[in-house]
Amino acid sequence: MADSPAATNTHHGHSADVTKRDLLQLITGAGAAILGGAIAWPLIDSMNPAKDVLALSSIDVDLAPIAVGQGITVMWQGKPIFVRHRSAEEAKEADAVPLSQLNDPQADKARVKPGHPEWIVVIGICTHLGCIPLGNKTTDMRGEWGGWFCPCHGSQYDTSGRIRKGPAPTNLPVPPYAFESNTKIKIG
Amino acid sequence: MAGLHKSEFANPVINWIDTRLPVFTMLQKEYGVFPTPKNFNYFWNFGALAMVNLMIMIATGIFLAMNYQPNSELAFDSVQHIMRDVNYGWLIRYVHQNGASMFFIVTYIHIFRGLYYGSYKSPRELLWMMGVVILLLMMATAFMGYVLPWGQMSYWGATVITNLFSAFPVVGPKIVTLLWGGFSVDNPTLNRFFALHYLLPFVLIGVVFLHIAALHVVGSNNPLGIDVKTPQDTLPFHPYYTIKDSVGMCVYLIVFAILVFFAPNFLGDPNNFIPANPLQTPADIVPEWYFLPYYAILRSVPNKLLGVCLMFASILVLFVLPWLDTSRVRSARFRPIYRQLIWVWVAAFIGLGVCGAHKPEGVWVILSRVCTLYYFLHFLVILPLLGKLERPLALPESISQPVTGGRGGGPLPSGATTKPMEKA
Repeated sequence: MADSPAATNTHHGHSADVTKRDLLQLITGAGAAILGGAIAWPLIDSMNPAKDVLALSSIDVDLAPIAVGQGITVMWQGKPIFVRHRSAEEAKEADAVPLSQLNDPQADKARVKPGHPEWIVVIGICTHLGCIPLGNKTTDMRGEWGGWFCPCHGSQYDTSGRIRKGPAPTNLPVPPYAFESNTKIKIG
Repeated sequence: MAGLHKSEFANPVINWIDTRLPVFTMLQKEYGVFPTPKNFNYFWNFGALAMVNLMIMIATGIFLAMNYQPNSELAFDSVQHIMRDVNYGWLIRYVHQNGASMFFIVTYIHIFRGLYYGSYKSPRELLWMMGVVILLLMMATAFMGYVLPWGQMSYWGATVITNLFSAFPVVGPKIVTLLWGGFSVDNPTLNRFFALHYLLPFVLIGVVFLHIAALHVVGSNNPLGIDVKTPQDTLPFHPYYTIKDSVGMCVYLIVFAILVFFAPNFLGDPNNFIPANPLQTPADIVPEWYFLPYYAILRSVPNKLLGVCLMFASILVLFVLPWLDTSRVRSARFRPIYRQLIWVWVAAFIGLGVCGAHKPEGVWVILSRVCTLYYFLHFLVILPLLGKLERPLALPESISQPVTGGRGGGPLPSGATTKPMEKA
């Protein structure tokens, strides 16, 4: 049977009871575990993003055609990215909100690039359960704070993409991006 | 309580499960203490190796399927995508590709073992026949798998093999259209081959389970080909044969690794690096090496229908082998003539493989005809007659006797009559 007397001895007995067989069993077991891991790893890793997927990691977006108040949605890594041209008042308003009023306190300055407060770029996926919020089109419902409104469970975001009301736990994340010129950004 | 299994396992969790579903008792009975003839040689490793190989093929195949596109427009590129972009895709594909070759190497040796030691004879006829079913399923699976990369050899291999069925009168062309799902090998063909290539390995598992279940009813044959008579003739499967199988497994894995890491395309065909082109047939159409003998049989006959029939018959004849061989002695060790003729048959089989790799011209035509003739002569004429004419050598009284009793067969020395080796 599986439990031999020798196995119980090794736990309670003296070191003299540890036999060569115990050592061999341990080495065999450890070897099998390492080998199993080495076999499993390539198979599991093959499910990670392939090199062609990783290669699609950055896109350029031309900002010139986007009028004030308008927003566009672009695809980046298979996700919708909201790029919105805020009016000067909206930008000022968003910057003036005291952090104490926010569920996930973060200053508007930390969410835009220096010198470009009118442009807000966020990943357009509600942080609650992954729906795409409305509000990028001027005709969409934008919620009480004039930003985005998620139709699934009513989360409301302000013009900085910060969560203000509803079940979503955090602000819409800002993807890594940089201004290449005044009218062009590179996302990723 | 009535109905519950009385489990003997000390571990409470195992005992709880085993009481309700005695899988641990079954494992212990079938793979732990299972009495196995004690005189196995390394030929008896190959069944276990084939089992492991099937597992390797299924594991790698599932991960390949996650990245493969069974569409004639995308298939070739998706295989290149696996080779270049997918993490370790090259490794998984090369293991799968060479795994097919390893599977046939292992299975052919396993079959040879059965032929040499008469493992197909009573009471193991059904066990053997299920083995032949496994061989046929393996061949179908391997063939359809080879089509999936959608290279030139995939495409034209598929065309030639499916066209075999057109040889049958009246229904032939209808069968071919049905196989294709169109009027040539095309996207519908690729789709269904992929579906079947994914399905058949699981059917294989089912038949392999029956093969092993039947084996555990009638028990293993052994190099002497005589029945187990007393417990002294056997050893518990574990640890004796788990260890012996492990030794063979190491050798097997070394050969496998050499193929995968140093010569991954050694057994492949360079034409399959060219995307399938329905308008141009490659100059030399050859199947994978493991199909070459049957291919040679097909080409050795100048009549289309007869060639196809002979090719199928070369496998189907194995089904009736238990009744064609009239000798009651199993092992070739005690059959002086069969012992030589089985090697002639092996030479004919290998000769057919060599013929299959060459264009059917000149000497190769003659050679493949001679080999085909012997292949069938061996099964259909020699084996039925040999059983009546051959005078077998005297069989040992028991498996233990030739080990412990010397050649004289006198009374056993006292030490040998005690219990076999105890676990130290």
